[in-house]
Amino acid sequence: MNAIYWKELADHFGRRRFLLLLGLVAIGTLWGVYVTTQAVQGGTGSLDQFLFLDIFTSGSGVLPSLLFFISFFGPLIGIALGFDAVNSERTHGTLSRILAQPVYRDAVINGKFLAGVTALAVVIVSMELAIIGLGMFILGFAPRGEEIVRIVGFTLVSIAYLAFWLALATTASVFLRNTVASALVTLGIWLFSGFIILLLANVAADYFAPLSSNAADAARNFSIQTWISRVSPGFLFQEATQTLLDPLTSRSQQPLDLIFSLSPERLEGLLLTPISAAESLKLVWPHIVALITGVAILFTGAYAKFMREEIRS
Amino acid sequence: MSAPLIEAHGLSKRYGAFTAVDHIDMRLDEGEVFGFLGPNGSGKSTTILMLLGLTEPSEGDVTVLGHNPTRDPMAVKRQVGYLPETVGFYPDLTGKQNLEYTAALNRIPRADADRRIKELLEMVELGHAIDQPVGQYSRGMRQRLGFADVLLKQPKLVILDDPTLGLDPTGIQWLLGLIEEMSKNQAITILLSSHALQEVQRVCDRVAIMSHGKIVLQGTVTSLTAGDGTTGYHIAVEVRSAKPGLVEAARELPGVTSADLSGNLLTVHAERDVRPQLISSLIANGGELLEVRARNRSLEDIYLRYFQEGALA
Repeated sequence: MNAIYWKELADHFGRRRFLLLLGLVAIGTLWGVYVTTQAVQGGTGSLDQFLFLDIFTSGSGVLPSLLFFISFFGPLIGIALGFDAVNSERTHGTLSRILAQPVYRDAVINGKFLAGVTALAVVIVSMELAIIGLGMFILGFAPRGEEIVRIVGFTLVSIAYLAFWLALATTASVFLRNTVASALVTLGIWLFSGFIILLLANVAADYFAPLSSNAADAARNFSIQTWISRVSPGFLFQEATQTLLDPLTSRSQQPLDLIFSLSPERLEGLLLTPISAAESLKLVWPHIVALITGVAILFTGAYAKFMREEIRS
Repeated sequence: MSAPLIEAHGLSKRYGAFTAVDHIDMRLDEGEVFGFLGPNGSGKSTTILMLLGLTEPSEGDVTVLGHNPTRDPMAVKRQVGYLPETVGFYPDLTGKQNLEYTAALNRIPRADADRRIKELLEMVELGHAIDQPVGQYSRGMRQRLGFADVLLKQPKLVILDDPTLGLDPTGIQWLLGLIEEMSKNQAITILLSSHALQEVQRVCDRVAIMSHGKIVLQGTVTSLTAGDGTTGYHIAVEVRSAKPGLVEAARELPGVTSADLSGNLLTVHAERDVRPQLISSLIANGGELLEVRARNRSLEDIYLRYFQEGALA
């Protein structure tokens, strides 16, 4: 698997496609920094003691936050690195040659996936370092310890999120022989989970628990909506990063059942003080596990298809 | 005698209701060049895929170098070189880089690999194109690179799936020369499949002819062409003028079954190749010979019976 991993990694960094991704990273960085400077100068954003984290979460005027940018365009990076992983080897006729070498078939998928995750991690980490660097330059001070912990947590969630899309695209490349078909199907799923599931969640919540003046109804409505929305990896990502990066204002957007799961005493404190970094990490742990489970389920399907398949040249 | 390199009994492959390979038995001994012949679509490639564990047999059993290719593919693939019908390389990598990847997959130590790659590329006359991306190679060059790729792991057994496909006559001669070289000087056992019987018969020690998924004839080329008396040799002699006594002279020769003269063409049927005796006898009887042609009836029959029908279908 080592040989496959290193070759694929070299491929990723050598491709023109990768330059495109770096372009996206550059735009993302400038986006975050621009929005923050606007907020700092105009005082439009919700600035608080977590100024560094605000770079990721604050929007300005027409521009939504950097977080939104990542949750929306991040999947494209994962898809771009994976949609032709296996089927392009088929069309080039290299797959039968590679599988005639002493290589286990799962090593082909795993090597490609791990190389992709490495490339994604490099992209995300470099973007964050650039943002922190530029942020320090503009704001004139360094992030505090807690902010660093939160940013590291955010990095892990982001990598898990993009890795999910990479896994989805890689799986599609195993099932669909045509690279265009596999790109379209993955993009379709991306759009579906990004918009349609969230709309459906709304509709379903209103149907099963119509809103009234009753607070319990409202909570039920919100709960249904949240749980259906969690099918969407994008929603999981937003929920998790919100918790990590916006400890103060997120409480108003925080899913109610997350808040209700805390004890009443905690709830009382929560309204006044931010959640601690450790508490935030504990809250997002299920989200990370959910994304990793998603990867595992996808790969189970990919292995089942690929392991005993006939490989013709 | 050592154990056979390939042994198959009742090997079958079905795709739904279609039987691609129908209970074939085959055996390959060490040092042989075995021609696996038949028209396109007769089941040669499918059989080869089963030998390599690239597809699973529906029925029957097969061992390659003493291992079951489905259950223990690694042991088989470590020692068997396989050149697929259409060999594919990574177009962005150079010829050398492509081979380096194969070497890495076979865990050949770096220094060894470098030396062998250089030797092999010289051997297949690609020394000049070593650092050129494979995307710029011609088909013939890719095929030659394929040979280098197959030999890199120092295989005991080489399986070539229709290697003459798409090569020009010079290319075919070069390839047959290489096969003879591999067999004689490197003691590699070779399984060679081909849709063109006449092209490859000269290098094969033994051939099996496949038609509609079955092996219809198996044996040495000479035993296949020996005929059963009704076939045998047809000799056509063109003479300047039809002199009396020529037909009688021909008929009296031992081994000749019939002789007829029509116009200036004397047609002789014989059990064996009697051309030398026939020529001296005709000259002794005053015949002026313009041309003598012999047709090997059984080989021609085989070709017409099994190969033409495939071409028409």
